[in-house]
Amino acid sequence: MRLPAWLQNRTAVEAAPPPRDLAHRLETGRGVILYMEGVSVSFDGFKALNDLSLYIDEGELRCIIGPNGAGKSTMMDVITGKTRPDTGSVWFGQTLDCLRREPWEIAAAGVGRKFQKPTVFEQLSVLENLEVAMQADKRVRISLFARPTPAQRQQLDEVLTLIGLSGERDRLAGLISHGQKQWLEIGMLLMQNPRVLLVDEPVAGMTPGEVERTAELLNALAGKHSVIVVEHDMAFVRAIARKVTVLHQGSVLAEGSMDQVQADPRVQEVYLGEVVA
Amino acid sequence: MTVFSHSVAGALPGASDSIRPMIFGPRGWAIFGTVVVLLAGGIPLLNLILPVDSPLHVPDYLIPLLGKFACYALVALAMDLIWGYCGILSLGHGVFFALGGYIMGMHLSLSAAQAGLYRTAFPPFMEFMQRDSLPWFWAGFGHPAWALLMLLLVPGLLAFGFGYLAFRSRIKGVYFSIITQALTYAAMLLFFLNETGLGGNNGLTDFKILLGFSLQEPTTRAALYGITVASVAAAYVLCRYLVRAKVGRVLVGVRDAENRLMFLGYNPLHYKLFVWTLSALLCAIAGALYVPQVGIINPGELQPANSIEMAIWVAVGGRGTLVGAMLGALVINGAKSWLTAAYPDLWLFFLAALFIAVTLWLPGGLLSLLNGRRGGKA
Repeated sequence: MRLPAWLQNRTAVEAAPPPRDLAHRLETGRGVILYMEGVSVSFDGFKALNDLSLYIDEGELRCIIGPNGAGKSTMMDVITGKTRPDTGSVWFGQTLDCLRREPWEIAAAGVGRKFQKPTVFEQLSVLENLEVAMQADKRVRISLFARPTPAQRQQLDEVLTLIGLSGERDRLAGLISHGQKQWLEIGMLLMQNPRVLLVDEPVAGMTPGEVERTAELLNALAGKHSVIVVEHDMAFVRAIARKVTVLHQGSVLAEGSMDQVQADPRVQEVYLGEVVA
Repeated sequence: MTVFSHSVAGALPGASDSIRPMIFGPRGWAIFGTVVVLLAGGIPLLNLILPVDSPLHVPDYLIPLLGKFACYALVALAMDLIWGYCGILSLGHGVFFALGGYIMGMHLSLSAAQAGLYRTAFPPFMEFMQRDSLPWFWAGFGHPAWALLMLLLVPGLLAFGFGYLAFRSRIKGVYFSIITQALTYAAMLLFFLNETGLGGNNGLTDFKILLGFSLQEPTTRAALYGITVASVAAAYVLCRYLVRAKVGRVLVGVRDAENRLMFLGYNPLHYKLFVWTLSALLCAIAGALYVPQVGIINPGELQPANSIEMAIWVAVGGRGTLVGAMLGALVINGAKSWLTAAYPDLWLFFLAALFIAVTLWLPGGLLSLLNGRRGGKA
C-alpha cells in the first residue's frame, strides 16, 4: 500500500498549520516516544492495571494482546487522559506528562485513538467527519474562520480514496455501513496524523479482504508513526506484529516476537493455549 | 433582476461542497434580501403611507404586535443555536431576555426622568414606592452608550460565569435544564422584591422616549419594528454562518459525541461557553428590543413557564434548522394572540396538544412539513 506523501513525511505536514504549543515543545530524540511506568488503576478494589510498565519506541508497531479484563482498554484510557491512575507515570515524548494533561491536550499533542466501537459523527457527512478530525489548531477562535486550504483539501481527497469512501463523501456518516464506519474512523485517525496511533480492535466486523487491507495500512504507517494495536484476532496479529506484549491481570506477562510469546508456557496457560490448540 | 440571473450563471461548480462555509448562494441572498426588505420596510410603509380606509393598510396596533413576534423569533434563534446545534437545552433563557428588557427599561425610565417628562425627577416607580434616591446601580443608565454597554456586559457575564461553572463540572442534559430553571426562578424572586430597586411586582413602565423620539409616534413605532426585523435578519445571518462554518460542525460533534471530540483534540468547554454566551446575548438583545414596543417589563417575564415556552417554539418549528425555530415562534405566538382573545380557556390545551402532536408525529417540526426534509435532526 502506498501512503500519500504527507503521511509518510511528517515534517512537510507540520509546516503547514502552525503547531500548537504542546506539539511544538514535544521534543523527542529518536527513541522512546511513549513511556508508562509502574501504572496501577483500581476500580472499587478491582485492579484493572497492576504496576504496568510499557515503552513504545518511535516508529514501532506494537500489538497488545491478552484475555478479556487484562487491562487493554484501561491502558489506552490512561494514555489518552480519560482515566487517571492511582500510581505510576506516563510520558509522551520527553516533555508531555500525560497524567497532568486533559484528553484534548494529549490528543492535540499527537496521540490519536481509534475506539473499539466505531464512533463517528453521524449527523455530519463523511467528508465533514474527516475535516473535523484533521490536524489543525482546534481552538474556538480558529474554528470560527477555518477553511480547508488547497493542500488540506488534497489530503482529504487522498484519505477518502485510501479508505475507499470517495463515493460516500457527502453522505451522512450515520447512513454508511458498519464496515465503512470502521474505515471512516481509521480515516479520521489518519487526518489527525498523530505521532502515536492507539488502535483498539480495528478489524472487528471486517471481511477477510478488509482485514488484509487494514494490516497493509498499519504496516505502511509504522516507521513514520508509532502504532499500538489491541486485537483479539490472532491471524491478524500474526500478520502485522513485530513485537507483541501480552497483558494479564493488569500487568505485562510476556513481551517479544509472536513466536517467542507463543512458546512461553505462561502465555499458553492464560491465553494462547485455548486459541492455538 | 439581471444582476441576479448573471450571478447565478457565474456560480462555480462544486458550490454544494459540504465543507464550504457559505451563508447563502446568490439566489439565497436574493430571496433573503427580498424577504427582509418586504418585512422590515414594506409593512411599516403600508402602515404609514396608505390611508386608514385602504384594504392594504396595516393598522397601528399590528406594528408593535409584529415587532413583539420578531423579538420572539430572535429568542428562538438563540435557543436553536444552543439546543438544536449543541444539544444544550436551556429552560432559563427568560433570564437573559428579562435582563435585556430591564436594562432597556432602566434606560427608558431614566432618560425620560432626566428630560423632565415625569412629575418628579425620578422614574415613576420611586414615587410609588416612596424612595427618595435611586439605587447606586442606576447611575449612568440615562446615557444610551452606557445602557448599550451594560446590555452586552451584564447578560454576557452572567451567562459566561454560569456556563463556566456548569460546563466545567460537566453538567449536562436534563440536569443542566433543571438548574437553568432554578436560575430563572431565583431571578424572578429577586426582581419581585421592592428592595431590589427595579419596580418590584410592577416592574418598569410608562416609557416616553427612546433617543429623543416619542414612543407614541407611529413613525417611531414603525422604525422600532423595522430595526427589530433587521436585527433578526442580522442574527440569522450570523447563526447561519456559524452553523455552516467549521465551528458549527464541532458544535454538532459536542451534541452527538462529546467524548469523541475530546480525543480529536477539541476542548468542549470552550465551544460550549462560546455558543452559550452568544445565545444569551442574542436573547438579551431581543429583550431590549421588546420592551419599548410592548411598553412594560416586569418579573412575570422570569416565570419558569415563559422559558419553557421558548423551548416549545423551537421544538414545534424544528430543531437544528434556524428557520424552523423562527417559524415555530411565529406560529405559536400568532396562535396565542388569536386564541387568548377568542377562546382564553383553550390556549394552554391547544399549546399542549400541539407540542404532543409534533413530538409524536413530526420530530423534525413544522418545517419538515414544508420542505419534506429528513426529520428529527437531534
